[in-house]
Amino acid sequence: MTAPAGEPVTFDPGLSWRLHRQVAVRPEPFGALLYHFGTRKLSFLKNRTIVEVVNSLGDHPDARSACRAAGIDDAQQAPYLHALGVLARSKMLVAGENE
Amino acid sequence: MTPSDSALAPVAQPVPRLVEQFEHGLDAPICLTWELTYACNLACVHCLSSSGKRDPRELSTQQCKDIIDELERMQVFYVNIGGGEPTVRPDFWELVDYATEHHVGVKFSTNGVRITAEVAAKLAASDYVDVQISLDGATAEVNDAVRGQGSFPMAMRALENLADAGFTDAKISVVATRHNIDQLDEFASLAARYGATLRITRLRPSGRGADVWDELHPTAAQQVRLYDWLVAKGDGVLTGDSFFHLSGLGEPGALAGLNLCGAGRVVCLIDPVGDVYACPFAIHDRFLAGNILSDNGNGTGFQSVWKNAPLFRELREPQSAGACGSCGHYDSCRGGCMAAKFFTGLPLDGPDPECVEGYGAPALALERIKPTPSGDHSRGTRQGPIPLTLLTRRPASDVAAGSAPARLCNENPV
Repeated sequence: MTAPAGEPVTFDPGLSWRLHRQVAVRPEPFGALLYHFGTRKLSFLKNRTIVEVVNSLGDHPDARSACRAAGIDDAQQAPYLHALGVLARSKMLVAGENE
Repeated sequence: MTPSDSALAPVAQPVPRLVEQFEHGLDAPICLTWELTYACNLACVHCLSSSGKRDPRELSTQQCKDIIDELERMQVFYVNIGGGEPTVRPDFWELVDYATEHHVGVKFSTNGVRITAEVAAKLAASDYVDVQISLDGATAEVNDAVRGQGSFPMAMRALENLADAGFTDAKISVVATRHNIDQLDEFASLAARYGATLRITRLRPSGRGADVWDELHPTAAQQVRLYDWLVAKGDGVLTGDSFFHLSGLGEPGALAGLNLCGAGRVVCLIDPVGDVYACPFAIHDRFLAGNILSDNGNGTGFQSVWKNAPLFRELREPQSAGACGSCGHYDSCRGGCMAAKFFTGLPLDGPDPECVEGYGAPALALERIKPTPSGDHSRGTRQGPIPLTLLTRRPASDVAAGSAPARLCNENPV
């Protein structure tokens, strides 16, 4: 069964995000594979830095801080925030306290 | 494999393309097919695994659970369970529950025989089980010619039960043939009617498919129609990446998916007796990597086969483009499907039998020797004594073929 389609997700990097509880992360030499058991979708993270960001989202008050903690300056964050946005839209990430 | 999202690549430095990394193989498969039994209530003419009769050496419940434990440790996210008809195994639901409790999601393929209202309700309550109903015609006439009399209403009943139970997004799995290419729109409306997703895959000349491929595989003109349909209307349609041999028909990337042969690199198959093959379409000794129960010198178990089997190591080495090396489409089709070439008797380093440049057709016209099947679980449907008069009527060519009849399954399937 697929999660019911909800409102389209807008990704605000100033908010807190974390991995959906049904998402598993498998480390790979190129980065990681993500699998969402609810939507049955597979995604690829193509480098180790984005993996670090994704895994540590829950420890930070917002997505930008998680990027900074992984050593990505604000000026270099655009592609990472874009990737997080894609993950949020495919329900791999959820905002704040929601599931 | 259906990675629906494009790779997320916020990269500062160039890294090898994902496809190239996959070609070297991963520590665990992404997409694992597990045929749980060779037993089947049907006898589809194109069955990839030549199923029918249960193999007496079939893995026990405990052996299956041990494999699931190993898949959990390897973080294989889900398995595609098939057969045969997997639901006829008495421990099928027990194994499904065991897998999902151990974080191995299950997608199983069925002809629908056991998908009663009660089973559908149970399935609807689980987040971790996905159901795929096989259907090879949008009408009973087209479907039953391939899958056997009565198989169409059986599949429809299963879809109805699932929809009534509130199971959303079941898959309707169609093998593209010469007779159903014109029904693509009808398949799409069928899927819409049941709140299901359409999945269309390529007819492979594997298993009993070898016997019927010449007559059933889509014509060159139909391949183009199929390609155009997938590009125009295939957005929500799954293909298991199986049409990558057609990607040369249009712009690179027009066809969704990775367009890569994942055999032994990111894909493999476990059969009912624990044999591990390079891909679901390659159940033949030539592509047998090893057996889960036997020690290959590096211990037993699935992971040992996956990591150490000489066949898999070989498949993860750079492959020669062979006769296709000078073709401008090589980068998009990579020479096509290894299994399709092998089972039609074409050289593995030459064009795919359905090559979009047309190089397959002359190769098929040449003298070729199709490989002898190395396993067959078909049920003979012949009953009682065989009248001797039949022998005298046997065409000369049959006699000339020598030895035993190559297959037992040429009769009407039901």
